[in-house]
Amino acid sequence: MFLTDEQQAILNGEKGETLSKVMQTVVRYGELFGATKLVPVTSKYNHLVTSFGLKMIGPVYDLMNELIEAGAVSAQQFSADPRPVDKNVPANFLQKLIFNKFMYSKQDFYEGQLRELGLMEKDAFSCACYLDEVGNTPAKGEVLSWSESSAVVYANSVLGARCNRNSGIIDIMGSIVGYVPYFGLVTDEGRKATWVVEIKTTKKPEAQLLGSAIGMKVMEAVPYVRGLDKWLGSELDDAARAYLKDFGAATASNGAVGLYHIDNLTPEAKELGSALIAENAATYVIDDAELQRVYDSYPVVWKNKDAKPKLCFMGCPHMSMEQLKSWTDRLETALKAAGNKKVQIPTVFTTAPAVLREFSKTDYAARLKAMGVVVSYICPLMYMNNPLCGKMPVITSSNKLRTYTTARYYTDDEILEQITKGGK
Amino acid sequence: MKTFQGRVVAPGTVTAEALVSHGGLNTLASFQKALQFGDKNATCGDQNNPDLYGKQMAGKALCLPQTIGSTTGGLVLYCACAMGRQPACMLFSQPIDSLAGAGVILADIWLKDAKMPVIDSLGEEFLQYAQTGMTIEIKENGTVVVG
Repeated sequence: MFLTDEQQAILNGEKGETLSKVMQTVVRYGELFGATKLVPVTSKYNHLVTSFGLKMIGPVYDLMNELIEAGAVSAQQFSADPRPVDKNVPANFLQKLIFNKFMYSKQDFYEGQLRELGLMEKDAFSCACYLDEVGNTPAKGEVLSWSESSAVVYANSVLGARCNRNSGIIDIMGSIVGYVPYFGLVTDEGRKATWVVEIKTTKKPEAQLLGSAIGMKVMEAVPYVRGLDKWLGSELDDAARAYLKDFGAATASNGAVGLYHIDNLTPEAKELGSALIAENAATYVIDDAELQRVYDSYPVVWKNKDAKPKLCFMGCPHMSMEQLKSWTDRLETALKAAGNKKVQIPTVFTTAPAVLREFSKTDYAARLKAMGVVVSYICPLMYMNNPLCGKMPVITSSNKLRTYTTARYYTDDEILEQITKGGK
Repeated sequence: MKTFQGRVVAPGTVTAEALVSHGGLNTLASFQKALQFGDKNATCGDQNNPDLYGKQMAGKALCLPQTIGSTTGGLVLYCACAMGRQPACMLFSQPIDSLAGAGVILADIWLKDAKMPVIDSLGEEFLQYAQTGMTIEIKENGTVVVG
């Protein structure tokens, strides 16, 4: 790999042993993927996937400590994924004990490390850092050193930024040295689609189901999706962005998609169209039957498959303001039709702290609270990842949450019916 | 017995029992129990992976196409190596992906005693031939002997 004099000096240890190891990591990471050079990180902020003070990831704290002690901190400030615990989310005595005394007992310590390393502000914890209220929204063409699969795929696809699917720890290392390797989704060639997906459904496909189907089919490849603009329109309005947020998260967690193009909608597809499709691209046709096949393939890992759900999580990734408002309206209508005033299953909507602050100022917040819904900044995935919660029958319309936990997936309409009328 | 040649990502030699995943390995979903609840066997917790779900990964020659899922993947592999709960080696039929690659490099550079040899680009035939339970031997130059 070609390195500039400045980069070579860092690698040679002229700025200390720790920074040399950071540069060595970034360079070897790039060489593994055939990068010929490093390119500057140009975004204002970084984003880190690791936000949770899990007792068991001591090796990460040790490494972060090594960086802090050597002064190898990021020149960029950053946001991070959501916090794993919120006292407002329903939990019994045992669960609270496990969360606070065992699993996430290092949370305060780790947040202290993040502040030393450059956290944007004390509540900059959301997987949807690109939402307007959070303020970490890169511009088209900017080069990022982000991680968090759902954020990376959104930044690449909807915002037109350039970022590889970086792992946790690699994210901050690129930011510390100020460069990332030039390969994959950072390059023009790497952004070409090797799959064409034809949408031939008779109704608007469920975002989370469509993303799952595409992710499982194309894995890490770039898909060019045709026919979705029929349902989403050709403008990236709030509703389209929220749809693509959830769609992308499913492609990234059910597969390993880091970039997708939506014909006539996402910025590069609008600009370049079919020129983004590589020669000999494969084709995947999605119709109603294919979506049903994918839905039916999900395993139900509850011990009692007919158990009455004890909790419903919505918002993985975090919900946007538009989603919080539209769900408030939908819930009111459905509860009225069902003859109920409150949700029949404890329900938690999750969103970014900054969105939560703004949402609380609207009349929607009081209406949602009156219906018994808790709005939280928590990461539902982190909440679910313990033996006690793992045994709970939890429902969700998040395909990411389904993938990583025992939560059972239902479509949005099915979730609405369950929480307003009561589960099985 | 059959021999395959791949690219050395992290060097080393080892002989171990094969554990084969025909689908992508979701690193977070697979290793979360090992990291969070002290499961020294690193029992795979990925319900979407019928080849691996419920099976011990620590100490096995893990044969797979690529890893998928959360970008905590590299960090998870790094922690598994630091805690001694990693597979004996990882053998990729395809070129390694960015998450697994990051984890392997992080472990190689930042950990002193947590070796996990890794070879990639072994080809589709490798995954078709290798079966869970077979003995696998890997050599320094990226040669993999199966059977």
